[in-house]
Amino acid sequence: MTADFFLSLAQAIAKGLLTGMVYGLMALGLSVVFGVMRIVNFAHGEMMVVGMYLAWMGFEYLQVSPMLSLPLIAILFFAAGYALQRGLISPFINRPEHQQFLLLLAIAILLVNACLAIAGPDLRGVQMEAQFESYELGPLVLDAVRLHAALTAIAIAGLLWLFFTRTRTGKSIRAAADNHTGALVVGLDVRRLYAFTFGVGAACVGAAGALMITIIPVSPFLAVEYTLLAFVIVIVGGLGSMTGALAGGLLIGVSEAVAGLLLQPSLKSMFSFGLLILVLLLRPQGLFGKAGS
Amino acid sequence: MTGRFTYTRRRLGKAALAGAALVGAPLPLRHAAAQAPGNLKVALLLPTSGLQAQIGQACRRGADVANEVFADMKLPVKLDIVNYDTETKPDVARTQAEKAIDAGAHMLVGAFDSGQTIAIAQVAEQRGIPLVVNIAAAPQITEQGYKFVVRNFPTAPMLITGALALHKEIFKVSGKTPKTAVLMSVNDTFGTAMVNGIKALFPKLEMPYEIVDTITYDPAAKDLSVEIGKAKATKAEMLMPVCRLNDAKLLIQEMVKQRWEPMAVMNPGAPGLYEQDFLKTMGKYSDFLISNVPWLDPKSAMTQALEKRHLAKFPNDQLDLNGGFTFEAMLVAAQAWLTAKSTKADALMEALRKTKIDQHVMIGGAIQFDAKGQNVNIKAAAVENLKRKPTVVMPLDAAAAPLVFPMPGWNDKRRT
Repeated sequence: MTADFFLSLAQAIAKGLLTGMVYGLMALGLSVVFGVMRIVNFAHGEMMVVGMYLAWMGFEYLQVSPMLSLPLIAILFFAAGYALQRGLISPFINRPEHQQFLLLLAIAILLVNACLAIAGPDLRGVQMEAQFESYELGPLVLDAVRLHAALTAIAIAGLLWLFFTRTRTGKSIRAAADNHTGALVVGLDVRRLYAFTFGVGAACVGAAGALMITIIPVSPFLAVEYTLLAFVIVIVGGLGSMTGALAGGLLIGVSEAVAGLLLQPSLKSMFSFGLLILVLLLRPQGLFGKAGS
Repeated sequence: MTGRFTYTRRRLGKAALAGAALVGAPLPLRHAAAQAPGNLKVALLLPTSGLQAQIGQACRRGADVANEVFADMKLPVKLDIVNYDTETKPDVARTQAEKAIDAGAHMLVGAFDSGQTIAIAQVAEQRGIPLVVNIAAAPQITEQGYKFVVRNFPTAPMLITGALALHKEIFKVSGKTPKTAVLMSVNDTFGTAMVNGIKALFPKLEMPYEIVDTITYDPAAKDLSVEIGKAKATKAEMLMPVCRLNDAKLLIQEMVKQRWEPMAVMNPGAPGLYEQDFLKTMGKYSDFLISNVPWLDPKSAMTQALEKRHLAKFPNDQLDLNGGFTFEAMLVAAQAWLTAKSTKADALMEALRKTKIDQHVMIGGAIQFDAKGQNVNIKAAAVENLKRKPTVVMPLDAAAAPLVFPMPGWNDKRRT
């Protein structure tokens, strides 16, 4: 083992951590929705792709950087998520899981086809000067856009944590997640809280989309990949756990980067799925999940 | 009312003259009429959407001006060209080829990508309709004994042999030779054919450098940071990318970000680095990258006519080998039609086999097909991006500008 090898390894880990933070933010939305409502959002990747397209459109037609359009996209996604939950998902909360699955699958198909109809099948990316920039940290070279995206993702995750631990609504949501009946007994408006939660989950994924477009271009067909990736992350981290989603994102990001370096880059996804199988075998509730969740 | 009609010698003479005029007058026009617009229906199958959309559209522009160039070159022919989008997918390419034949296409042309071309070739063979391959390098296209396929583009081994010979020439002229190289390739049909070809030919060609690693990746990859990180870790002095357009952009973007500055980025015969969209998007970072590929012959009168028409119709678009080879595919189709004087598949195929076109647009000898349907007379040139323009720098007798080698660093002042 040479110093060069360890430098390459450190470089790969740093890159994996930066990408993993954005992955974590994306998975956070899925985890929050499941943790509170026990609904698996099968349209999660599609929502991420819509977020990417909105950021791309802002850049392409209004010359607004995705980082600047991010707050607006997050607000739009919150509103859309809130409305979607109240209008469509709420009636399905107590229905069998396969019906929930079909509903969200239908939403996913609608979103992908809307993207196809509006933007076409071609790859759409933003081209910014920052995409050619990097920072030196000792011997490490850090990709500028990845670093910006990771820092923003950390800030959003921090805000989310503050929301859930410091605000009345956040605490109420946690209460409803812990004990649905108890929440109803003490007079919490659980339906509104569920809609709020779905809105927060959607805002997370919209923000992650705005960050991701600075790293990679978007096409409607990316959606399935992201849904799958989000599932791998939350299952590895633990369904319903916010810490698990963030840790899962970091773990998958780093494992992909290191696998790419040590094995073949084209095998990096295989490594993530290998990790998923291991977790399912050895700790089915995920690294940070509660047993039986 | 009755009338009496009597034949006189004068009246009979007039009637005979009128009859002869009626029958004989169209004779000089008959050949031209047989080749009036709409007579030879050519289906042009290209990936004009999806991952390869920009390249597919560049190919199509070459066909869009074909009839005008034929007229400029006094070729008595006009093709009825119908466009079909393969969406960068082999299964769609197959469906579109079937649709084109059902719609009455007499000849198929396409399809830039080897995987899509193979799918189309199978349909052409099953339905007995000639296919002229504009661009596709996988050797198997002309190695499977197809009777209805001809290819006016080098095979992967031809591309590699020509490109590696140019590598040696570049090292000789510049006096600088890298000792190590890393080969990065898409893992699609074309990329796999190229990698296998390089591995097979490399020992025989006695190259002065060693390939220290081969890194393959998905053609739909959205992020090549890991791949470039791995390539950089090899400390290779040269990167040999077998890429397409989008991955070429990702490669260079990552190289700049990861501050990897090898002596050269020089492909072994592949697209990507010279494409208009690449040059536009990458800006100053696109300069000094070298592609060793077949290129347009600036000295050919037909190339000049093509450039003129292309510039007039598409003032904002660059004419490159994609447009050049697609135009030539149309030229091959037109010539076959002129020779066959028929739209029947067998007659057209027979004419294609006998093709000999001395005046065309790409560097190389006459367009002729061997028994397998392969044109073996195509030559490669080293094309270096200089001031955002692909410029022939090798061979020296065809060079339009002096070679710049080794490649200046990403922040070198020569990049403006």
